[in-house]
Amino acid sequence: MIWLTWRQLRVQAATVILGVTAVAVVLAITGPRLAELAKAGVDDVFDKLTSTDVSLFWAGLIAVAAVPALVGAFWGAPMVARELEAGTHRLVWNQSITRTRWLTTKLAVTALVAALVVGALTLAVTWWSHPLDGVVSHTHGGLPELLTPVSFAMRGVAPLAYTVFAVVLGVTLGAVLRRSLPAMAVTLALYVAVQLAVPLWVRPHLVTPTTATVAISAQTLDGISADDRGHPETITVHTAERGDWVLSNETLGADGRPASLPAWLSDCFAAAPDRLTGPVEASPIDPCLERLANEGYTQRVVYQPGGNFWPLQLAEATLYLAASALLAGFCVWWTRHRLS
Amino acid sequence: MTAVLATDALGKRYGRRWALKDCTLQIPAGRVTGLVGQNGAGKSTLLNLAAGLLRPTTGRIEVCGGRPASDPDQLAKVGFVAQDTPTYAGLSVRDHLRLGAHLNPRWDDDLARSRVERLGLDPGQRAGRLSGGQRAQLALALGLAKRPELLILDEPVASLDPFARREFLQLLMEAVAEQELSVVLSSHVVSDLERVCDHVVVLVDSEVRLAGEVETLLDTHHRLTGPRRSTHSLPAGQQVVSARHTDRQSTLVVRTEQPVLDPSWTVTELGLEDLVLAYMERPRPEQPGSPAAAGTDGSPTLEVLK
Repeated sequence: MIWLTWRQLRVQAATVILGVTAVAVVLAITGPRLAELAKAGVDDVFDKLTSTDVSLFWAGLIAVAAVPALVGAFWGAPMVARELEAGTHRLVWNQSITRTRWLTTKLAVTALVAALVVGALTLAVTWWSHPLDGVVSHTHGGLPELLTPVSFAMRGVAPLAYTVFAVVLGVTLGAVLRRSLPAMAVTLALYVAVQLAVPLWVRPHLVTPTTATVAISAQTLDGISADDRGHPETITVHTAERGDWVLSNETLGADGRPASLPAWLSDCFAAAPDRLTGPVEASPIDPCLERLANEGYTQRVVYQPGGNFWPLQLAEATLYLAASALLAGFCVWWTRHRLS
Repeated sequence: MTAVLATDALGKRYGRRWALKDCTLQIPAGRVTGLVGQNGAGKSTLLNLAAGLLRPTTGRIEVCGGRPASDPDQLAKVGFVAQDTPTYAGLSVRDHLRLGAHLNPRWDDDLARSRVERLGLDPGQRAGRLSGGQRAQLALALGLAKRPELLILDEPVASLDPFARREFLQLLMEAVAEQELSVVLSSHVVSDLERVCDHVVVLVDSEVRLAGEVETLLDTHHRLTGPRRSTHSLPAGQQVVSARHTDRQSTLVVRTEQPVLDPSWTVTELGLEDLVLAYMERPRPEQPGSPAAAGTDGSPTLEVLK
């Protein structure tokens, strides 16, 4: 059965492996320069990046994001659906092997190959980006930090779990819809929806986030946003450590309850010469911030500390693998009882 | 008689439509059984139930002493060549044989190879490029090399040209003689089956209308031709299967164990095809006496009796 699975998968597998190898070669050639930059102890490595480096950084992210989705759609969705379309299920289900074994072997081998391929790709991209991911910097060169949803999902072990999930999702949808093309489309759409929903609503709670009360000062201030009429509405500050993933940023009044900004703040800013926001050293709005602090206003920040990267990775991988196992169980049941 | 396939009140429903109804049937082991019926009569449904691809809605079915497709052992006992003889278009002939070898414990590789060789199939050829006849032969080779106790073929020759049809059935019969296996094959063309079957089952409107040994059936059915007369005047032992009347003449198909003695009848033997057609024309026994079809004015009217 493993032979048959590989025989049916090998063309698609070769295509993806070839693509991943090409990406890996490019990264292997360009990677050492970045590592040298970082090792040389350059003050801000991001200042030394060329536009090619930046493009490669994003290309790596996109590759790790796209391959699991593509594998789910192109390897997973047609696995059962194409058999049903071509009628070959009536050939293979009458060999001396039960449907359950046929399906579980195909699922397991396909998911394993897919996870290996994506694992290799993620490893290459993670290695390449390491000199940048590791740097704690003020602006991070405009590139996403490691724990932000964009970077987090393309590093570590999570992509392997995404891949397994995408394959199982594809196979299940193929079995349920019985047509390859619709199954591929729905697989892509659903997978993307899940990948958007998880960082928005699930990942923040996978590991208990840290809550901190931060004083409002020129040193902590990240930004002030104003409403339509130019009145300051919300203040955001940053945590002591750069690289944290801030989940919520809320102003508290003197009584420790969420409060809106006082009315005088608008006038204070208006009275300050020129810039309302901007570089924080000795800015003209410092007196306004001081007055805010004196009146007891503080910021409550809920965040995932940068050190939670691995606990979050493991928790998310477990979540996706558990979902895959449930889905696979359903897929086997469906194939045994609902297909003919 | 040991039954290689036995059903008891077997039924399969799709939504509101019954594809097979109340089918109770015994198919003997060691024989070649033809399953005849028009398209949509339930042949494929019955065979797919026997192969374990479908599950019954009602009743029971037992094949080679077990529930179809219940475990690998059971699967190994039954070979199935599905309708349109599906094969993997992208896999070569050789790959198909390898597939069979990997997935069947009793696989007879010599048999498979020698069949492919005899057919002149190029082992490196992709199955998608084979002709319909070659594909059917490949599917048959897979079914036979599995060394099943029962080989089920669902309309194996339906899409083949007459020459390929004849060749397919001939090779099938040779294999049956060599391997001593039971065969059930279906067709909507009776003449295909006439040459190869020694047992026949006729399905009409999802129900079994007739089942029995071909020889016995032919011995006990006769065509009677004579002056026009009512079918009520026949002796008690003669059961009318179908009757046609013109102005002057009546033609009956009757079933009887006794010889026909009435000298006014001309008695002729029936071929299997005529016999099967006579049963197919017959309305369902529960519906009393309604004519199955009426010709236009003056032309011979088909009148069918209970």
